[in-house]
Amino acid sequence: MGDLKQTPLYDVHVELEAKMVPFAGFSMPVQYPTGIRREHEAVRETAGLFDVSHMGEFLVTGPDAGAFVSSATSNDPLSLRTGQAQYSVMCHAHGGIVDDLLVYRLGEDRFRLVVNAANLEKDWLHLNSQAGRFDVHLEDESDGVGLLALQGPLAQQILASLASEDLDAIGFYEFTQGHVAGAPCVISRTGYTGEDGFELYLPAGRTASVWQALMEAGTPVGMIPAGLGSRDSLRLEMGYALYGNDLDDDTSPLEAGLAWLVKLGKDEFIGRDALIEQKARGLKRRLRGFRLAERGFPRPGYEVSLDGSVCGTVRSGTLSPSTGAGIGTAYLPPDVKPGAQIGVSIRDRMIPAEVVTMPFYTHGSLRR
Amino acid sequence: MSDIPSTLRYTEEHEYIRETDVDDEFIIGITDYAQGELGDVVFVELPQVGDSFSRMDVFGTIEAVKAVSDLYSPISGDVVDINASLETDPALVNGDPYESGWMIRMRAADPSELDSLMSAADYADHIDS
Repeated sequence: MGDLKQTPLYDVHVELEAKMVPFAGFSMPVQYPTGIRREHEAVRETAGLFDVSHMGEFLVTGPDAGAFVSSATSNDPLSLRTGQAQYSVMCHAHGGIVDDLLVYRLGEDRFRLVVNAANLEKDWLHLNSQAGRFDVHLEDESDGVGLLALQGPLAQQILASLASEDLDAIGFYEFTQGHVAGAPCVISRTGYTGEDGFELYLPAGRTASVWQALMEAGTPVGMIPAGLGSRDSLRLEMGYALYGNDLDDDTSPLEAGLAWLVKLGKDEFIGRDALIEQKARGLKRRLRGFRLAERGFPRPGYEVSLDGSVCGTVRSGTLSPSTGAGIGTAYLPPDVKPGAQIGVSIRDRMIPAEVVTMPFYTHGSLRR
Repeated sequence: MSDIPSTLRYTEEHEYIRETDVDDEFIIGITDYAQGELGDVVFVELPQVGDSFSRMDVFGTIEAVKAVSDLYSPISGDVVDINASLETDPALVNGDPYESGWMIRMRAADPSELDSLMSAADYADHIDS
């Protein structure tokens, strides 16, 4: 445990009696004494405040910054105006996913990439190995940046009292630089929950004081701190992919249902040729959502069967707090479409399940 | 700190067993410590009345958000009652593990088996180590 890194809010979590677990090299709160279900419900009904400072941030600057980010990611960062963000993936040359990430356009020649903590070193090496032919400068800002996610239908109401900026002017996947509770902050209307909300990028040293100010503003309207446990059930209800479960170095974004992030028509990006070939050949498998027809908790690694034979394993799974159903994802043959019947082995029982269109939960407050 | 009532006896697998006002019948559930470690309980699979178990047989499973765990019978005997409330309200195990969150009631085949279970003090040491 001695080697685990701490976010700027470590002492705050301990004070709140959070259950701390090792996650991507950090000691992170999986839940507070309120419990995962209550934290999940709070985000759906009022608001939850997450510490996600473990996420990695890379700053890309220089005359070729746009061209470099476009080459490294499958989506189209050059289509972004300053103040816009996009979800994207970085691929290997063979088409597998290095990481999924957010790309922020901070300026004409200035981008911020927000990556998974578990992949930080791999991503850094991957990006640097590709940077040579571009006139760019890469900087790992991760240790200096704190990140809070304020999520839920009351997120804007809570943040408005502390923010220097007009939040109505920030659309979905847009951001602005301003101040929150006196601290300089990138205020981004993004999230991983299916609810309206903001992600706040702060100087590490100011993160605890902003957390405290948000707690004071949010507690009276029902906001509570929320941990990684509820973050996972919230994202899965929305069908949002998690790297390490749904995505990895051997899955392509086409297989993962992320074709909308893959701009095969743009000039060139790492993995493009492999993805064009994969698309032409036809996919061998496709990530699908399923819902159990009976009570059960599908956990990652449980076997999934089609017509009586095992065809894969559960990649992500939970008992959906919002719908009460066991839900999950699995890679299935591409012709197995929503409506198809599969089975999930839960210990000694085969539970019938239906392949369904994601998201599993459709009543979120997310503004699109 | 978790609650460890001094009047109960305990297994290393975090079940408790409590005497009832009927000779040789005992109430079994999981400890406050165990429910805290498991987190939110989402359902509990219990046996049927009439089922028989030997000491440390698996009599059911408890499914929590974080993990699923087997439930072990502290003694040998027959199930004479189950807590049907857990079917609709499994969170009773979190909120009140020693009372409304009980799991099964057993008639002991050999009440002397209780002597081999841990006292509250022993259990406190067990979860501390």
